[in-house]
Amino acid sequence: MEKKIRVLMAKPGLDGHDRGAKVVARALRDAGMEVIYTGLRQTPAMVAEAALQEDVDVIGLSILSGAHMALVPRILEELRQRGIGDVPMFVGGIVPPDDVPALKEMGVCEVFGPGTRTEAVVALIHQILEQ
Amino acid sequence: MTLVAAALAGERRALARLLSLVENGATEGRAALATLFPRTGHAHIIGITGSPGAGKSTLLNRLAREFRNRGQTLAIVAVDPTSPYSGGALLGDRLRMRDLVTDEGIFIRSMASRGHPGGVAYATRDVALTLDAVGFPIILVETVGAGQSQVDVARVAHTIVLVEAPGMGDDIQALKAGLMEIADILVVNKSDRAEARQTVRALQAVLHGASAAGHHGPAMAEGEPEAFVGGWEVPILQTSALENEGIAELVDTIEEHRAYLRKSGQWGRILKRHARAEVETWLQRHLLLLLEERVGEARLEEAVGVVLRHEQDPATVARELLQPLWSPEEK
Repeated sequence: MEKKIRVLMAKPGLDGHDRGAKVVARALRDAGMEVIYTGLRQTPAMVAEAALQEDVDVIGLSILSGAHMALVPRILEELRQRGIGDVPMFVGGIVPPDDVPALKEMGVCEVFGPGTRTEAVVALIHQILEQ
Repeated sequence: MTLVAAALAGERRALARLLSLVENGATEGRAALATLFPRTGHAHIIGITGSPGAGKSTLLNRLAREFRNRGQTLAIVAVDPTSPYSGGALLGDRLRMRDLVTDEGIFIRSMASRGHPGGVAYATRDVALTLDAVGFPIILVETVGAGQSQVDVARVAHTIVLVEAPGMGDDIQALKAGLMEIADILVVNKSDRAEARQTVRALQAVLHGASAAGHHGPAMAEGEPEAFVGGWEVPILQTSALENEGIAELVDTIEEHRAYLRKSGQWGRILKRHARAEVETWLQRHLLLLLEERVGEARLEEAVGVVLRHEQDPATVARELLQPLWSPEEK
């Protein structure tokens, strides 16, 4: 049995719009990946614990609430506490351009804004995992 | 410390990695399972199956909570279908288990069916065995939304809970020959709905129809050993996972079934059935590997050509292909 790419798609924070996360989850599935979709309103601890139990290769966060600068560091911290701080993470949603360098500084691989083609997300994941 | 040792010591990250190796059938995974196997055989593995939309995940979430309230730790293996087109999968069972995620007494693992048609994945049993070996006393296995013939959970679980939603009507007839035969406990979920009573009655009719035939009809003469020697009367329970109703009764019934299995000697029979199925599965896998090694793709293609040109029939051709597997003295 071959190894499949496993991706955790999570929506941390309080906004209730999961359309984008679902579209990305489907696109990743259609690209042959196994996508664990956790649904809305995940706390940082829930995201990190799911990533650990599912032994995922990549974590995708969908954040539309504007709370990314607060949520991302907390999630990274929870991941580090569990010894999986090295799992690559990308963020999608509404992130002001000014925040992107700061997120990347924290360790986020890529930030995808509205209008991103799903192919770009698939390509990023393949690129990260080939490194 | 090796991955196996770390997993046995209770390190969750090591366990998660180990499960991936086991699931992928990697050499390291198989070696780990070989090491762990003597430690297995202690967990009570409970299969949760039923039609898509019956509410399996929500019910499983409630069940897990109830077991936790009774002081048990447990693991959950949730299987969702792999897309036959892309080979990918959307594993969404965690959506309904959000309140279990950060409980340290619970370990949840999602699995894709990866092309296996039986309602669970090829590796589901191996994953369950690994969780058994590291000491989870209860393992809940949720199948894909299953139809009548997806009965492979019987190769994994000791107790099988079949969950259906109200309004099934005639569909229950369809389940009669497959899933209902392997079910130990029937659950009508969403019992807050008006049609629930009807579904219970339909299930009763099917169950009692079966046992009436057993008592009075020709089936009795043939013995029907599973149903009658066993002496477990399949109960029909009603739950509302959403309202958290009937859950304690379901856990009680699951525990009664376990006690019954132990007392009646059925437990041993199930283990024997599992062991036999596993050895047969591995025989097939090893044979296929051996075929790949000793026969190879080129000769297989050649054989296909022979059949295509109508020079020889496929059964004869296949027999001749197997020649390299027999050592000279055995021929």
